[in-house]
Amino acid sequence: MNREWLLNAALLAGLVVVPGWAVWADEPFTIMLATRAVIFALAAAGLNIALGLGGLVSLGHAVFFGIGGYAMGVLASHAQNYTPLYDGVFTIQGTKSMPVIWLAAAVTSGLAAWLIGVLSLRTSGAYFIMITLAFGQMAYFFAISWPAYGGEDGLSIYVRNGFPGLNTLDPIQFYGLCLAWLCLVLWGYARLRRSPFGLALDSARQVPDRVRAVGLDPRRLQLVALVLSGAVTGLAGALFADLNRFVSPSMLSWQMSGEIIVFVIIGGVARLFGPVAGAVFYVMMEHWLGGISDYWQIFLGLVLLAVVLFGRGGLIGMICGKGRPDA
Amino acid sequence: MTLLSLTQLTASYGATQALFGVDLDIAAGEAVAMMGRNGMGKTTTVRCICRMMPAQGTLVFDGQDLSRLPSHRAARLGIGLVPEGRRCFRDLSVAENLVAAARPGAWHAGRVERLFPRLGERRRQRAASLSGGEQQMLAIGRALMTNPRMLILDEATEGLAPTVRAEIWAAIATLKADGMAMLVIDKSLKELRGACDRAVILERGRSVWAGPMRALTTQVANTHLGL
Repeated sequence: MNREWLLNAALLAGLVVVPGWAVWADEPFTIMLATRAVIFALAAAGLNIALGLGGLVSLGHAVFFGIGGYAMGVLASHAQNYTPLYDGVFTIQGTKSMPVIWLAAAVTSGLAAWLIGVLSLRTSGAYFIMITLAFGQMAYFFAISWPAYGGEDGLSIYVRNGFPGLNTLDPIQFYGLCLAWLCLVLWGYARLRRSPFGLALDSARQVPDRVRAVGLDPRRLQLVALVLSGAVTGLAGALFADLNRFVSPSMLSWQMSGEIIVFVIIGGVARLFGPVAGAVFYVMMEHWLGGISDYWQIFLGLVLLAVVLFGRGGLIGMICGKGRPDA
Repeated sequence: MTLLSLTQLTASYGATQALFGVDLDIAAGEAVAMMGRNGMGKTTTVRCICRMMPAQGTLVFDGQDLSRLPSHRAARLGIGLVPEGRRCFRDLSVAENLVAAARPGAWHAGRVERLFPRLGERRRQRAASLSGGEQQMLAIGRALMTNPRMLILDEATEGLAPTVRAEIWAAIATLKADGMAMLVIDKSLKELRGACDRAVILERGRSVWAGPMRALTTQVANTHLGL
């Protein structure tokens, strides 16, 4: 049991204890903050698959976050308005069922990741960053000019979607769903990292020529990683839209992409709980420093500078050492 | 049955031509030594076979034209490469290096560890922390884990201690006895004589001599290899 394992356990315990205390103290706002942190952590855990394992610096992950959000918004708005989503050769109805919405969000954002990956993985480095940014901007302006679903004003959903057996309007129950997803994705990430696919992907990031020499295609490995990454981030987007009961083009903005990268970098790239540490830290800074100054992001910038300059393993690396994530 | 066939292979690094016509045939189960002084085109030939650089001429493996395949597809046809300089996945453990390259077949981690017991002892150790000889064993093991039909060993014993070299040559002899086709590049004529059936000598990017090992006389070695 090493120091990183203990820190991860402490973080997970915090994600259980703090909202538990908030229920006891009747502090629903704290639960909302914790839910926001967990959803951001989920989005960042998605990016960590592409960035941490695959070395893909994507500045377009808000596309998947936003697609997940719009998947929820579109399906739920049709359900609340009792209008079919599609009424032609066959009929597709909207839905207020979270499992169906999650599936739709993960599949659509995974497909978008596949399409973006097929085109952008022909490049690398700065060109890859620019292409993913370009896709992000295209998606953002498409959402702005899509009046059927609110355009620039976004889309409101009156009642949070439902999950069988749970009252999702109860903040702690919705939080529990989000935390369950985060734990599942982190477990999947840990398994993926140790799987032949994860090892090959990690190797492709380090020495692509060697990977080709053993019969593996680095681009295909990276494409699969990007699809998984996009699907997880899309799922986080659907949960985020459900948390706010609102979806808008801002979920697709390049600032959102930047924030997701910041979560991962602050917490620790490729660290299992790096996205969790980064997202929790970000939400805490946003809440506490935001209460002091509207310009709280200046302080966030200073923290980011410090992490990049002095602790390249992120917060987790600063506490546990810069060695290999699970060494 | 001919497994690999190169005919009049030419290749260039930009404007500089490196290969001017290399001919080479390797039959299934046969071990062929490729020799030549430094800079004569041995590693370039290997890079062309593995499709790591473009080449002109005929390049056929098991009846399939390699010339249009990307390198990973060539490897999937059954060409296993142990590159010069080992180049293991440094951040992965020994076991992870083997698993990352694995494809279904007769070779699995247990069999590799039987061939190189030291790898079994260092299963959880990072590749970067292994000695040069152990890294070389790992590079061979990793290539075997792809279950190749032909193994290319590019200077597999270079810079190693005599005892480790002996272990590597013993492993090569075992592979030969198991019927693995091999292209072995090395400077040790004595060891190559024991391990290989035939030899090809390259000089200034051309194959200038080819024949059975027993026909590689001292005079031929003196003329082309400067031994």
